[in-house]
Amino acid sequence: MKITGAEILMKSLVEEGVATIFGRPGGMILTRTDPSSNHPMKHVLCRHEQVATHAAEGYYKTTGKTGTVMVSAGSGVTNCVTALTDALVDSMAIVVLTGQLPGVMGWDAAQEADAMGTARGCTKHSFTGFTTEEIPRIIKEAYFIARSGRPGPVLVDLPQAVMTDCVAYKGHPKSVAIRGYSPQVAGHPGQIKRAADLIAHARRPVIYGGGGIIHADASEELRELVEITQIPTTLTLMGLGALPTSHPLWLGMLGMHGLYWANRCLIDADLIVAIGSRFDDRVTGKACEFGTHCKIIHVDIDPTSIQKHVKVDVPIVGDVRWVLRELNKELHKVERDWAKDFEEWYGQIEAWKKQHPLRYEQRQGVIKPQYAIDMILRLSEEYDPIIATGVGQPQIWAAQFYRGRKPRRWVTSGGLGTMGYGFPAALGAQAAFPDSLVLNIDGDGSVQVTLSDLSTLVDYKLPVKTFVINNKCLGMVGQLPTGPMHQPDFVKLAEAYGVVGIRIERPEEVKAGIEKAISTPGPVVVDVVVEREENCLPTIPAGAAITDIDRAPPPIPDKSSQAWH
Amino acid sequence: MRGQIPPRRHILTLLVENQVGVLARIAGLIAARGYNIDSVSVGETMDASVSRVTLVVHGDDWVMEQVVKQLNRLIEVIKVVDLTEEEFIEREMILVRVNADPANRAEILRIADIFRAKVVDLTQRTYALEATGDDDKIQALLDLLRPFGIKELVRTGLIAISRAGKTPSTKPERVTDGDGEDGVKKSPAVAM
Repeated sequence: MKITGAEILMKSLVEEGVATIFGRPGGMILTRTDPSSNHPMKHVLCRHEQVATHAAEGYYKTTGKTGTVMVSAGSGVTNCVTALTDALVDSMAIVVLTGQLPGVMGWDAAQEADAMGTARGCTKHSFTGFTTEEIPRIIKEAYFIARSGRPGPVLVDLPQAVMTDCVAYKGHPKSVAIRGYSPQVAGHPGQIKRAADLIAHARRPVIYGGGGIIHADASEELRELVEITQIPTTLTLMGLGALPTSHPLWLGMLGMHGLYWANRCLIDADLIVAIGSRFDDRVTGKACEFGTHCKIIHVDIDPTSIQKHVKVDVPIVGDVRWVLRELNKELHKVERDWAKDFEEWYGQIEAWKKQHPLRYEQRQGVIKPQYAIDMILRLSEEYDPIIATGVGQPQIWAAQFYRGRKPRRWVTSGGLGTMGYGFPAALGAQAAFPDSLVLNIDGDGSVQVTLSDLSTLVDYKLPVKTFVINNKCLGMVGQLPTGPMHQPDFVKLAEAYGVVGIRIERPEEVKAGIEKAISTPGPVVVDVVVEREENCLPTIPAGAAITDIDRAPPPIPDKSSQAWH
Repeated sequence: MRGQIPPRRHILTLLVENQVGVLARIAGLIAARGYNIDSVSVGETMDASVSRVTLVVHGDDWVMEQVVKQLNRLIEVIKVVDLTEEEFIEREMILVRVNADPANRAEILRIADIFRAKVVDLTQRTYALEATGDDDKIQALLDLLRPFGIKELVRTGLIAISRAGKTPSTKPERVTDGDGEDGVKKSPAVAM
């Protein structure tokens, strides 16, 4: 029996296990989003294609299942570009299906955009379907490429004629044959032995893990490695949750706004074990001065990440989970009293912690943003929440005070630093986990980029709690002349969308306000009015070497109240 | 590490899927990193589904390691070899139209003869020559012709083959998808 390309597409998506599609319909994709078509997938109709694509990222990060997006041609495609780029740098497995003109391209027709050309710079790979017969193969390959190796976004451009043509459906392919693509899963055994040997002889080692541990589902293997070797461990912004924050060897986040002692460990270490992390400039500072006095082991599935910025002594290309399992086997054989050998190292770290603790001072009158964020994280902890963040100061504070204990509960935009990421990412996470508490910790600048999708939360009864840490300016941009910025009344704005709005203006209202937001059913927007002049500390100036951390401005003097860690 | 070894010429030979847009991906990748391509030549191999691309780029070893890795990362690139790492034979063909006044014709023909170039077209005032050779030979020929006045020059771009027969050939590998339902990753995900 012959069926249309659109029907074949839907069958292929079901075969790939797609349960939720984020998207926005349009003329060129209508044939595919016809609600009367009989398929078991949930379609979340967003108000903007960027939101739909970020939502798919949030869905992937929290579930580990490839996110799916379906949008129309023209601006439908170009609106996805920011989110595709975000997904590319942060290794998010998503597949974006885009509508296209009936067939011949390059005619400057209505809503025509060069989807393939646009996608080239912001996807892991992109396909055009030229015939209806090849749809099952393309969908199979698209999902395989998106989730395997270093995960990433894949775009599939589907001309309308291909969707409306009728052909015989021959079933979904069982395997893929892509001769130019075979990600290396198994790490080199010799390199793993060399790595184990370096670890066994290190005196001041540190583990520096990244988002790759989360993507590879290797948190258990990381914990085992930490427990065998008793090595202090720091994680990047993208890696948070890979090791429980309650773990005694957990150092906190490192990097430009990371914790002082976490960065000092990297400076003073004699061995850095980098796992699923890519020596981003926000971690290394001036790369040529990074790690020149120590040995470096680097485990990553992406060969281009290795030796890109920093010279590595033992590179291991492979799946992080596979490599850590083998490495742990080797390290189990090592006879060493690890904790005893590292006593001096631990003592040094403790001294740094005392010297430069992470702290803030909540006085009377105005709410400190750190206090508000710390309280949000503390008061929500018992619900095991999914925390999404926007980009800017609130993101950094949320990362510094993060209390999560599980992987895939922390969703943030790292590599691209996309303002407006938090709200749609929370939306996507909530669509995946309707019964979980999903919080978006955002700034007033970042949240306004994508807030139009409050309607989507209402439509699909997605109870995301958005906290707008409102300092009435672009705080991270700091002293740069941004000019006066008019702010909406976030409470009235929420109410206009039919969403509960709560305002918190005084320190004594913080606890009750947060508790009320968490206990209110349905979506909530909380406007937390905070002190304007507050900086993210500590900080390593952009372009400076990591060793310049001691030249950074000293932390806020603290006499009394809150001092954590 | 960077910049310790001065940039030099590298000849990369690539086997790629013979599909729409592949050359754009390769050029885009190299351009996005700010490198200039000295020459590129593309043609089908014995297997019509595969094209060979020969790229000439300049870079130090650090840059070239990244370029090769990044090219390998493109899904449609099947294999990349930096021929400069081994012994190889390179050739380029040129067509050059040079001023040929009656007084100079004998001299131009003598030069052509020495360089084993052929006259493929002539007018009352010009000769068009066809020549092949490696970079040095082509350069030497052009240097000798320049005083007569070169009217037009067309180059094919370099092609090269490894001396040891190591220029890559296609051998399709079948990758089995070992992933579970719903795209949940069960690493190691791929059985190869």
